[in-house]
Formats: sequence, structure tokens, C-alpha cells
Amino acid sequence: MKESIPLTWRKIPDRYRLIGSLCKNCNGYYFPARHVCPKCRRKGRIESYQFSGRGRVFSFTEIHAAPAGFEDQIPYVMAIVELAEGARCTGEIVDVLGKDVQIGDEVEMVFRKIQSNDPEGLIHYGFKFKKVKR
Amino acid sequence: MVGIVGYGAYVPKYRIKSEVIAKVWGEDPDRIKKGLGINEKAIASSDEDAATLAVEAAKIALQRAGIAPKKLGALYVGSESHPYAVKPTATIVAEAIGATPDLTAADLEFACKAGTAGIQICMGMVGAGMIEYGMAIGTDTSQGRPGDALEYSTGCGAAAYIIGKDAESLAIIEDTHSFTTDTPDFWRRNKADYPSHGGRFTGPPAYFKHVKAAALGLMRKMNTKVEDYDYFVFHQPNGKFPRAVAKMLGVPPEKIADGLLTPNIGNTYSGASPIGLANVLDVAKAGDRIFVTSFGSGAGSDAFSIKVTDKIKNREKGKPVSEFIAHKEYVDYATYAKYRRKFKGM
Ligand SMILES: [Zn+2]
Repeated sequence: MKESIPLTWRKIPDRYRLIGSLCKNCNGYYFPARHVCPKCRRKGRIESYQFSGRGRVFSFTEIHAAPAGFEDQIPYVMAIVELAEGARCTGEIVDVLGKDVQIGDEVEMVFRKIQSNDPEGLIHYGFKFKKVKR
Repeated sequence: MVGIVGYGAYVPKYRIKSEVIAKVWGEDPDRIKKGLGINEKAIASSDEDAATLAVEAAKIALQRAGIAPKKLGALYVGSESHPYAVKPTATIVAEAIGATPDLTAADLEFACKAGTAGIQICMGMVGAGMIEYGMAIGTDTSQGRPGDALEYSTGCGAAAYIIGKDAESLAIIEDTHSFTTDTPDFWRRNKADYPSHGGRFTGPPAYFKHVKAAALGLMRKMNTKVEDYDYFVFHQPNGKFPRAVAKMLGVPPEKIADGLLTPNIGNTYSGASPIGLANVLDVAKAGDRIFVTSFGSGAGSDAFSIKVTDKIKNREKGKPVSEFIAHKEYVDYATYAKYRRKFKGM
């Protein structure tokens, strides 16, 4: 599958810095970014918002059958993270196995390679999460 | 004058012990450990590279400096393991820390001293009033040929320095001096996976000659002597060379202890003397003076005379090097080979 360079490029700031949306009308936070607030619709006042990157594990699973391009990374942990601001996003938890993770664990964003398998293609970077030691 | 407004270091979590590598190649582990002075080295995970290491270090430097990333007028990333052959690492780092788009950025290469070369460029730009703040990063995920002596030493790590005006600095850079010649001690041709080196030739005519000349040159220029400094950081390709050069210069062992991390994380190349300096800044007091001398094969050395100010208390805002060193997990040779993509066809 040939990748779309413009599509990759458009998503770089959001993926690199965890930029989503904040609705100034209802104080709702969204990731990925939205153009329209799903609650307020036309009354919404959507702004770009960079998340702090802090959050908690809402749910997680250890991946053993990886999608194409991620095969050499198994096993790895994918989680739904509830960000401190309220939005939920999906991301990998790095440097751990499933046995090391519990629901509610505190995590923070890290910057990692997402996919880089094609030796002549682009290296895709973006956010993942790391457990915060307590 | 100019100085260090913020600094940050990052060392990845995984470690491999020298004896594990020695066993694979049928070498005597004690001979290797004693000969090289390296117990274990830090290795990056399969989803880390010189760019991601740089970003983690840069974020800590920004926390300590307490400045908005957009205030950076320049960003230089020094490495010999830039992820792309063509496509600047500095653009990736600048975007990831939110410093884009109003800044100049470029990648630097000078074996293990590309990071300190970046510090000098930023010193010049801040000193000339071209920019308010500049960031220089030394980062590497270097590789040694499997079975080569280098395989025991090549580690992964990064450190970032924000250079700004002296009044805002947690440490003032009093002066710098460099020594550069064409010395073929270590090289890697385009498309070669691993570097080649001159074996014993990497010692006296390369490392020792350049480190000594830069260090003595700076002390002569400033009219200072070893006794004027509380800490020394030397480039550390292994655990042995920095101890030997300290002895040659008359530096007592206790003054190099805090800046010598290679025995526990390996030679992090462009990150090596910058991470050593970060570990010294983590413990130094206001008024302390630090002498740093990097070395890059090829060859050259940059020496710096640094004086800690009372703004050093800003270090509390960032994670110290010691936490990264303590937070570790050992891997076996097969996992290491997979993470560092040493298998053919990967
Ligand atoms: Zn709304």
C-alpha cells in the first residue's frame, strides 16, 4: 500500500504533540481533533488544544497478532488512555508487557517511532505512553 | 557572556551486560570488563532512535529553562546515527517540541563531538544577538559491528542544552577552545552498516592528543589550572580513556567520578560528554567550576570552562540523569539484536 504523503504530513503536529480540540462553550476536550463540538453543534466554540500528555489507563490489551508493519514489535501493549483533561485516546504503552499494566495506572506521553518498516519510506513518529513511576 | 539556561538528558531503559556480549563471542568477560572499563551499556528500544531520544532530552531542558519552545531561535542536533541519510533530524525534533516554524535548524555530524559543536554554534548566535535562545542536542543510537570491541561500548542516549544570556543561566560558559586535525582514527563510509576504526591508533594520536591539546589550550587561554575546577568531564569512549587522560593532566579521580557514566551506560557518542555534564550539573553547587572536554574522531576536541550560578536550583524542575540510570531492565543478546536490528533482512 502506497502511503499518502499529504495525509501523513497533515497529521504530524497532532501526532507529535497530542493536539486535539477544546470546545470553549461546554469545556469538552476531544482527541483526535474535531471541527464541530458533538455536544454543542452550531453553538460550540472549537479551538485547537495541546494536551498535557498526562493520563490514566482506561483499558488495555497485549497484542500478539499485530497488523501489517508491526509484526516485529509483538508482544506490545495497546491502551485506551483517559487524558487528564478528560478526552480518551488510543496509544501504545512502551517498555512494558501486559503483566506490568493495571487499569488506572498513571501514564505520560512519550515520543516514539510508530512505523518505519519500509527501508525506503518515511519514518512515522508520534505519541505513545509510558507508565509514571510512583 | 552566555550560558546554559536549561539542560536535560535521556537514557533508554534497556541494558545489556558486557559479560552477556562476551559470552556470545567466546571472549573472557573479566578481561573485557577490566580492559574497557564497561560493565553494561544502555540500548534503545526498537521504537526509539536518535530523534526520539533527542525529543525526550529536549523536553526536560525546556522544563528546566521554563521558556516557551517557540522562543528557541535555533536548534542543532548532533549525531552520527541520524535516522535519515537525507532529511534533517532537527526538523523532527523542532516539530515534536513545538518550536516550529520561526527558527533555524540543522543537523551536525562530528563523530562523538557533534553535540558540543552545536553548543558552540549556539553560543556564537546568542552572543552576537542573532537569537535569544538556541538549543544544541547530542544524541546517538550507535552501533558496533557484532563481535568487534566497539560492540561492548556503543550505547544509546541524548542530552539537550538551551543556551541563552548569562543573567538567566544556571551555569555560565566562561570560554571555549577547540583543537581540530585530519586524523583517520574512526570512520564509516556511506551505506556501510558499521564503522571501521584504527584499533590502537584511536588512542595516543587521536583521543589523547586532541583532548589534552584542547584542555590545555583553554586553560592557557584563560590562565586557569586544574585546581581551579571542581569537576572534569571528558569524552568517554570507554571507561579507561577518560581516567587515563585525567591522570595525564593531573586531575584527581574524585573530580571525574560524577561526569563518567560510560561504565554504566556505554559510550553514547554525541550524547557522551553532554550527559556526563548533565550528571555533574545535577549535583554541583552555585560557584562550582566545571571543565568539559569532548572528543570526536576524525578528529577534534571542544573544551569548555563552566561556572555554576545560583539559578542551578531550576534543575529541580527536571528529571535527573541518576533516575534514568537507575530505571533499567536487562535484556539478553537475542533481544538486543532484535531491538538494534542486527539481523540481516530486518
Ligand atoms: Zn461544546
